[in-house]
Amino acid sequence: MIQNLLDGVLTGSFLSLGAIGLTLVMHILRFANFSHAELLSIGAYAALVFDRLFEALLPVFAAAFAPLTLTGALVLALLVSMVATGASAVLIDILVFRRIRENGRELSMVFASFGMALVVRNLIGLVFGLHSQLYSPDIAFATVLSFDPLILVKPDQLFVFVAALAIMAVLHLVLTRTTFGFALRAVAENPALAQANGVNLRAMITAVWLIAGALAAAAGVFYGLSHQITPVMGRDLVLPIFAATIVGGIGSVNGALLGGFIVGIATNLSLVILPAGYTPAVPFLMILAVLLVRPNGLFGEARE
Amino acid sequence: MSDPTAPEAILEAHGVTAGYVRDLPVLHDVSVRVARQRVTVLIGPNGAGKSTLIKAVAGQVTVFAGTVTHEGTDLTRLRPDRLAAHGIAIVPQTDNVFRNLTVRQNLALASRGTGAAARLAAVFDRSPVLADKRHTKAGALSGGQRQVLAVAMALAKAPRLILMDEPSAGLSPKAAAEVLAMVRRLTAEGVSILLVEQNVKLALQMADHVYILAEGRNQVDGPAAALRGDRIVADIYLGGKRIAAA
Repeated sequence: MIQNLLDGVLTGSFLSLGAIGLTLVMHILRFANFSHAELLSIGAYAALVFDRLFEALLPVFAAAFAPLTLTGALVLALLVSMVATGASAVLIDILVFRRIRENGRELSMVFASFGMALVVRNLIGLVFGLHSQLYSPDIAFATVLSFDPLILVKPDQLFVFVAALAIMAVLHLVLTRTTFGFALRAVAENPALAQANGVNLRAMITAVWLIAGALAAAAGVFYGLSHQITPVMGRDLVLPIFAATIVGGIGSVNGALLGGFIVGIATNLSLVILPAGYTPAVPFLMILAVLLVRPNGLFGEARE
Repeated sequence: MSDPTAPEAILEAHGVTAGYVRDLPVLHDVSVRVARQRVTVLIGPNGAGKSTLIKAVAGQVTVFAGTVTHEGTDLTRLRPDRLAAHGIAIVPQTDNVFRNLTVRQNLALASRGTGAAARLAAVFDRSPVLADKRHTKAGALSGGQRQVLAVAMALAKAPRLILMDEPSAGLSPKAAAEVLAMVRRLTAEGVSILLVEQNVKLALQMADHVYILAEGRNQVDGPAAALRGDRIVADIYLGGKRIAAA
């Protein structure tokens, strides 16, 4: 059970990153973006491409930071992938969502996001194949934290946990200490008043997509480090990420952070009593429970 | 009835037709002139188009015809986020502060740009109540304090013109009088004011010039001193009571 708890915390770290990006988009752009999890796939595959490229161009970065399987090339690839995925999110907005948004069709945006998810997922499958891939062919041996009860953790998982927390801390500082962060929160709360205070709405929307894309890329790479990269990883993660967002409360970054860990832990703990095949239903049940008992989630506020 | 002896205009709206839907304008050919360092007040019944005129000037409502000029620059169809760059600030009637931001964060956002720190410090010097509550979320302030914060956010931009939509709405009579007295004092600091006010008595007491709108059209305008004793205005808006000057 302690092993499940630990796995849940580690799962929560990349779910939180995905949920933070989704909650920002849902709060500021006011639509449920069902293609958000596909940004994790874009990020994971972009990092795979850049990782191979940097390993070929800069062999000095190909060595792993033992005991991690992580290489310098992958760290560089992660950073480039965050930018590229952010840019992809902006591009998708320009091509699809902005046009629908300017016609004021909120529900159409939700349907468009379903379509966008299918397009991205299938494009990735077409380009990279349907088989799963790994960043590193090296086998990462788990470290034994305890023999009784047996508790194992991979160094890569610890890296993912620490790196995710660091990214969240940086985002928290940006949102609470900088005028850019105030502007972002202001747009989320009252776009008209934000504009009256000199905030460029279109620039802020672009910034939100860049941030959401970058966080999704980090989440995708972290998922790939602790699991495998597949074209359907977005499909597998969309429900847990939505659950984390709804549990935390739409619009709350702190809520999304906590929601990610709650969903991660609950899903992994459910393995104690449920067969593994039923665990994908756990986030769905959590969404239902939260919407019934506390519709605004843990930290969300009612809005018109 | 425009006063030819009034100081130069800082803002002129001329023949403005504006609204939310093209085929259904709220304002019809409305003209307003705001004199520099004066308080110009818009009054009129509900639905007269007073707030819509403020929003049209601020670029928040589409102007279908007519012009808006500020200090000689055409601002018709101005992008709302460019308002502050032209030295104009707006204080909306409701939802005029960011409830989830602290007092300091609200003011920091409003005072962005060159000399922000000095302007922020000046606002806190001017409003001790805001200085004391700088780390309090705006949503936790009283109605009067929120209104003071909203005005302070406008002042933090060092504007030459402030557009205010019913700053006394929802306040106690005492708080409303205090807010309007503060507005009146701003003109001495070089700020010009265009203000919507439902309380006709207060408006006529504190204004320099008053425009009366009804059904989206100009009805009457003139110096407040003249309208205070006007029998028709008194009959329509004050239940027949004429009022004394402030």
